[in-house]
Amino acid sequence: MSIELKGISKRFGTVAAVENVSFSIAEGELVALIGPSGGGKTTVLRMIAGLEVPTEGEIFIRGEVVNDQSVQARNIGFVFQGYALFKTMSVFDNIAFGMSVRGRPKAEIAERVGELLKLLQIEGLDRRYPHQLSGGQRQRVAIARAVATKPLVLLLDEPFGAVDAKVRQELRDWLVDLHDKLKITTLFVTHDQEEAMEVSNRIVIFSRGHLEQIGTPREVYEEPSNEFVAGFIGVLNVLELKVQQGMARCQELAFPAHGVAEGGVLRLGFRPYAVQVSPDLATYRYRARLKHVYFLGVQLRLELETASGLIIRSRMAKEDFRRLGLSQGIEVSFQIREYRLLARDGEPLGQEVSALQSVPNFADGI
Amino acid sequence: MSAIVRSRLAATKKSRRGSEEHPWARRALIASAMVFLFVILVVPLVNVFFQALETGVMPYLRALGDANTVTAIAMTGMTALSSVALNLAFGLTASWCIAKFQFKGKALLLTLIDLPFSVSPVVAGLLYVVLFGRQGFFGPWLDAHDIHIIFALPGMILATLFVTFPFVARELIPLLESEGTEQEQAAMSLGATGWQTYWRVTLPSVKWGLLYGVMLCNARAMGEFGAVYVVSSNIAGKTETVPLRIFNLDLGLGGHVAAFAVATLLAFLALVTLALKTWLEHRQNQDLILASALPKHEH
Repeated sequence: MSIELKGISKRFGTVAAVENVSFSIAEGELVALIGPSGGGKTTVLRMIAGLEVPTEGEIFIRGEVVNDQSVQARNIGFVFQGYALFKTMSVFDNIAFGMSVRGRPKAEIAERVGELLKLLQIEGLDRRYPHQLSGGQRQRVAIARAVATKPLVLLLDEPFGAVDAKVRQELRDWLVDLHDKLKITTLFVTHDQEEAMEVSNRIVIFSRGHLEQIGTPREVYEEPSNEFVAGFIGVLNVLELKVQQGMARCQELAFPAHGVAEGGVLRLGFRPYAVQVSPDLATYRYRARLKHVYFLGVQLRLELETASGLIIRSRMAKEDFRRLGLSQGIEVSFQIREYRLLARDGEPLGQEVSALQSVPNFADGI
Repeated sequence: MSAIVRSRLAATKKSRRGSEEHPWARRALIASAMVFLFVILVVPLVNVFFQALETGVMPYLRALGDANTVTAIAMTGMTALSSVALNLAFGLTASWCIAKFQFKGKALLLTLIDLPFSVSPVVAGLLYVVLFGRQGFFGPWLDAHDIHIIFALPGMILATLFVTFPFVARELIPLLESEGTEQEQAAMSLGATGWQTYWRVTLPSVKWGLLYGVMLCNARAMGEFGAVYVVSSNIAGKTETVPLRIFNLDLGLGGHVAAFAVATLLAFLALVTLALKTWLEHRQNQDLILASALPKHEH
């Protein structure tokens, strides 16, 4: 294990920022810490770095307890959210800093800096100062500086936060590429679930100081451990239903009662992709008006409104939308292919349920 | 054609923004400020040089070469050097504590740093006389150990120190605060010790502000009159600084030309300070612009 946290808590005064968090990360993994702001993910990262001291629990790096080790002694590379480049130093001196304070010989420093400039594709920028660099270049310098001393772990706080959308995409690919080359255990904090899904081997999800789930992108998306994770990783339609005449109902929609007694309340959630839409009013069971169509690139986001005013969110590929002959404002029929029963906040979720018992092949393999 | 040009001119004249003053009001205000500055500052300054050279260059040089004047210059140099050095050490420590840490009594410390701004230098001088003078609190003990503070150089340095106390610290606090602590944290995560971080990261990031503070501190130290007058015995050739020398000469002991001749030294110092100040402000502004160009995030 490269990094292991055991029962870590952090309180600032009476406010608990992180509560009883345990997880471990294997050597060479690329892991995202994700959650809404204030969820404790940056605090966890800073505790691993030694910039923050845990109130309780133990942190291990390569099997060694590092709680009492200073930041300097931990040999970690930390990339700050705003990069925190030394503005009075050139790019060369920034990258050389870690080696220079350790008293490495000049020739060795020059060689290593040259190597990193090349690896990070910032050759020729070594004499520039941070203010003369673009956002993307600054980030590369910050990473070069952090890995210059060959740290055991690379920690990045919101590495894509301070650059614009186009550069972000570039940097994501580039980070994966760099991780492949350096093979260094890497943890990064983000609030963007898409980013986390795309870049990392595993995702650690935090909310309000608790660890909600840890797993591969596929695991957390397809088998979310609770409603929070399901809603945070991807979009989730949530319905609150009341059991009447043996069926769980919400306005026009009806689902099996799943054993809930008459008059009882039931919550369920479903992904936008699980909503099937057709312009032929006879195709599916329910009817709605196609209220809005949002263009997202290859995908479209649809907003359906039933006669009673219930809003259902759906997604589909642009090609499907065209093939079906849909357009904004028309009447459509729809159905919900599969859904999940939701438990109360924080409790584990049940298995996904197919709404189409009569067409079993739809539910298979999902 | 000319009609079009004329109408366009009329249009530009009318396009003045609604909130702007009438051009004549603006000109009148600027002119009155200029006249005021000219009468109050420029005329007296030029007059200093004019009066000093009234009887020619030789009397001017002779006045400057006078043994007591030379001693006064040396005394001023020593006083300024010591008090600037001490204030530099204090200013660096205090501003660092105030900008980077939260602690009880921070507000009190800030207020105390500002105290010399609100206390008359004469009162400051008297405070030291009351403490260290012959009849003062520590007087008998100092006398018994043959230590001379009042009416001697240590007293003059102390008084100058008090008056120039806020300059370095006050200049550095806002600068250090605006820098934040992220660069220092980065340095430590890269393995730098506290000292290495301070010398390589913290100090260079405020160097222009520091120079600016030191320079203002020095100008004030060299020009101080009131506080030094009270604690020095004011003996020519012994405990006389340049400002005191000017005062004494003007009282009639050395004549009017000699007084003005020495005064040109201070006037010259003022001009040099002003030029350096402008240059440093320019450099510092550039650094601030650079600093704000880098994104900053709070935790």
